[in-house]
Amino acid sequence: MLDEPQEQAEGSLTVYVISEHSSLLPQDMMSYIGPKRTAVVRGIMHREAFNIIGRRIVQVAQAMSLTEDVLAAALADHLPEDKWSAEKRRPLKSSLGYEITFSLLNPDPKSHDVHWDIEGAVRRYVQPFLNALSAAGNFSVDSQILYYAMLGVNPRFDSASSSYYLDMHSLPHVINPVESRLGSSAASLYPVLNFLLYVPELAHSPLYIQDKDGAPVATNAFHSPRWGGIMVYNVDSKTYNASVLPVRVEVDMVRVMEVFLAQLRLLFGIAQPQVPPKCLLSGPTSEGLMTWELDRLLWARSVENLATATTTLTSLAQLLGKISNIVIKDDVASEVYKAVAAVQKSAEELASGHLASAFVASQEAVTSSELAFFDPSLLHLLYFPDDQKFDCLFFCPISQHSTLVH
Amino acid sequence: MAAAMPLALPVLLLLGPGGWCLAEPPRDSLREELVITPLPSGDVAATFQFRTRWDSELQREGVSHYRLFPKALGQLISKYSLRELHLSFTQGFWRTRYWGPPFLQAPSGAELWVWFQDTVTDVDKSWKELSNVLSGIFCASLNFIDSTNTVTPTASFKPLGLANDTDHYFLRYAVLPREVVCTENLTPWKKLLPCSSKAGLSVLLKADRLFHTSYHSQAVHIRPVCRNARCTSISWELRQTLSVVFDAFITGQGKKDWSLFRMFSRTLTEPCPLASESRVYVDITTYNQDNETLEVHPPPTTTYQDVILGTRKTYAIYDLLDTAMINNSRNLNIQLKWKRPPENGYIHYQPAQDRLQPHLLEMLIQLPANSVTKVSIQFERALLKWTEYTPDPNHGFYVSPSVLSALVPSMVAAKPVDWEESPLFNSLFPVSDGSNYFVRLYTEPLLVNLPTPDFSMPYNVICLTCTVVAVCYGSFYNLLTRTFHIEEPRTGGLAKRLANLIRRARGVPPL
Repeated sequence: MLDEPQEQAEGSLTVYVISEHSSLLPQDMMSYIGPKRTAVVRGIMHREAFNIIGRRIVQVAQAMSLTEDVLAAALADHLPEDKWSAEKRRPLKSSLGYEITFSLLNPDPKSHDVHWDIEGAVRRYVQPFLNALSAAGNFSVDSQILYYAMLGVNPRFDSASSSYYLDMHSLPHVINPVESRLGSSAASLYPVLNFLLYVPELAHSPLYIQDKDGAPVATNAFHSPRWGGIMVYNVDSKTYNASVLPVRVEVDMVRVMEVFLAQLRLLFGIAQPQVPPKCLLSGPTSEGLMTWELDRLLWARSVENLATATTTLTSLAQLLGKISNIVIKDDVASEVYKAVAAVQKSAEELASGHLASAFVASQEAVTSSELAFFDPSLLHLLYFPDDQKFDCLFFCPISQHSTLVH
Repeated sequence: MAAAMPLALPVLLLLGPGGWCLAEPPRDSLREELVITPLPSGDVAATFQFRTRWDSELQREGVSHYRLFPKALGQLISKYSLRELHLSFTQGFWRTRYWGPPFLQAPSGAELWVWFQDTVTDVDKSWKELSNVLSGIFCASLNFIDSTNTVTPTASFKPLGLANDTDHYFLRYAVLPREVVCTENLTPWKKLLPCSSKAGLSVLLKADRLFHTSYHSQAVHIRPVCRNARCTSISWELRQTLSVVFDAFITGQGKKDWSLFRMFSRTLTEPCPLASESRVYVDITTYNQDNETLEVHPPPTTTYQDVILGTRKTYAIYDLLDTAMINNSRNLNIQLKWKRPPENGYIHYQPAQDRLQPHLLEMLIQLPANSVTKVSIQFERALLKWTEYTPDPNHGFYVSPSVLSALVPSMVAAKPVDWEESPLFNSLFPVSDGSNYFVRLYTEPLLVNLPTPDFSMPYNVICLTCTVVAVCYGSFYNLLTRTFHIEEPRTGGLAKRLANLIRRARGVPPL
């Protein structure tokens, strides 16, 4: 709708105030949130004009930038339980990179010969999204097909719709049996996000997921925070007409990628913004991510990194106080100094609003603090208890006795 | 903890033109095979091979998509720039003298040898990381591989796949002879198979039978091969092999007929739908000869003849993809039977059970004339529980004498014996005809020196402990209770006292 004049700096927001009767916005809309860090607010001719316009600007800014619940979600691991409601979703822990694995589970290869064009789908849909997110870390994508991989739960038959269903309470039990087949990533240290596409076997087709009211979920998919998502893809019953097994199934990647990308956004904590009343939200971009959503993510990540680094350094200091046997070598000490300097720099940059450098500094802080805390040389003398130091005095009574006799 | 949330409202994304795309033709294929070889000693050897061929270029970068080829191994190839990888876990030793030459032998323990590609800059660092990652994948202690047990052979381990140049700087070889193979190593090996022990030949891989064998060897081999005869392009080949030898006495209880059910406690039910070829080969070389000692059921319809390892052999082929052989109502249970016992004679062996029953070995042998026959048995010495030793354990333990019962041909024909008329020394053993006589001989009992513990140790320990306690207690008691007081020295001796007595008697003052 609006032409973007120049590229905005990260962490910044530009708000245009237009006249009350301008036709840029539809008549009943008071504000508009654009995809690239710009917003438009309708002005007003009134005695309290500044207050009203100021309130509208504040509402728009709160929708587009860091709010308290985003911060609370980022600091979820560090807050005590009563301040944090367990029902809120936990986003992924901040890490230097992520590995995303798409797996197609085919438990019945005798009946279904499933083909999916995963390479094209990743190239067209997932890669642009990850390129837009590339400031938040390194991403790598993999895919595999697993045969004879069953879900751990037996679906129940619903005679009303003559289909099988999995109700909401059995969903947490689905993941564990499958996870042993998925294979953890052998070659990288980044956390893995798994997206599974399950084609139910012929005996249990069609299979639907029910929500807590007993109605089938529209997308037939669910996700688990900090792990990934599972979608059930039912084979169209018309393809069984020829009744020659196995039937060839071509997966509709558009439908599948819609769901997986939405789950990916939720896993990262990019939630739907709280749009203020009478505000028009711009349509989705081609990558699926608005720039100010990325800014919110980077803010939350920086804060989380700072909290993690601080906690790690504090734990190290407390440990040193309690156990006198820990050895701190020079390189560990230099990592601690680097971590502290990075924490201070990141806090300063956040206070002055330079988001990109603050995020980079916070990542350095986390890396240095973890290197210092988990260095194996700290424990070289740990298992040398104090009572063993007095073993040399074992022979004292005997020697004393023998000297006294003479 | 998984708080599973059904996805209620997807964000509508403007997706580019997707639509229906035809998937590419399959780029990998699977062949599986089982070879059953009856061995001359009455044992049976079974060798499984699962081969996945992945038609993909050599350098793997960027996004990787896997179908039949397992993702864990594919990621290893790309991350560590491998050219070839050979890893084997073995328990036991292949006895070439009794069993014949093996298809593929592996050393006892774990063996790993790897050819890296020439783009690798620090081979030792990659080797260390690779052995650690493999020890995680296969649940084995391969992380003990370091520079103290790694070598770079220059002549023996040339690449088994395609190779342009062989600079042996990129080869590393290590063996861990102490590594024990168990179910923990078999389970991740089975998980790499596409049909994963649910269909096809991998159904037979049950750990409790596979480890009840004299020889068990499982291996993973990755190498680049030519895609076609003209070698215009290259594919990756993954071979997973498993060789076991079933012992006639331990598994077969002495009977010489084998079937798939007796060996693996399973039969073949259905072929793997992902395999392009799934076959069982049975070695029937002895079957085709005239004496017909071996019988195979179901009777083979096709055979395969070739020169294998230097000798001409014939194999019966059972094709699992052939619906006449195996379908929904019929299982395939291949049976082998020895129609008459081999020339070794009859052997009955009953192994011992600890503290229940002893070993029993009976042999029916025909001794050739003018010859010496030696029978040897290997045994191990073990320690008993300390209450089970006899009062004089250093004397040794007795093994009961062996018995030799024989029907010796008689030089002179004898007439049948009348029990009442003939003398007593002639009627000890019944004889059926006069041409031979029965004799039973015994050997001397065997005295075996077994390791005995030192029974004087409890006494020694008690003495030492009591001495130490006594010394310590004595010292402490002295320290706590000893007091010093001054004492007048006693002056003079016995003579002075006598003199004082006499003086007192005389009324004179004492000295």
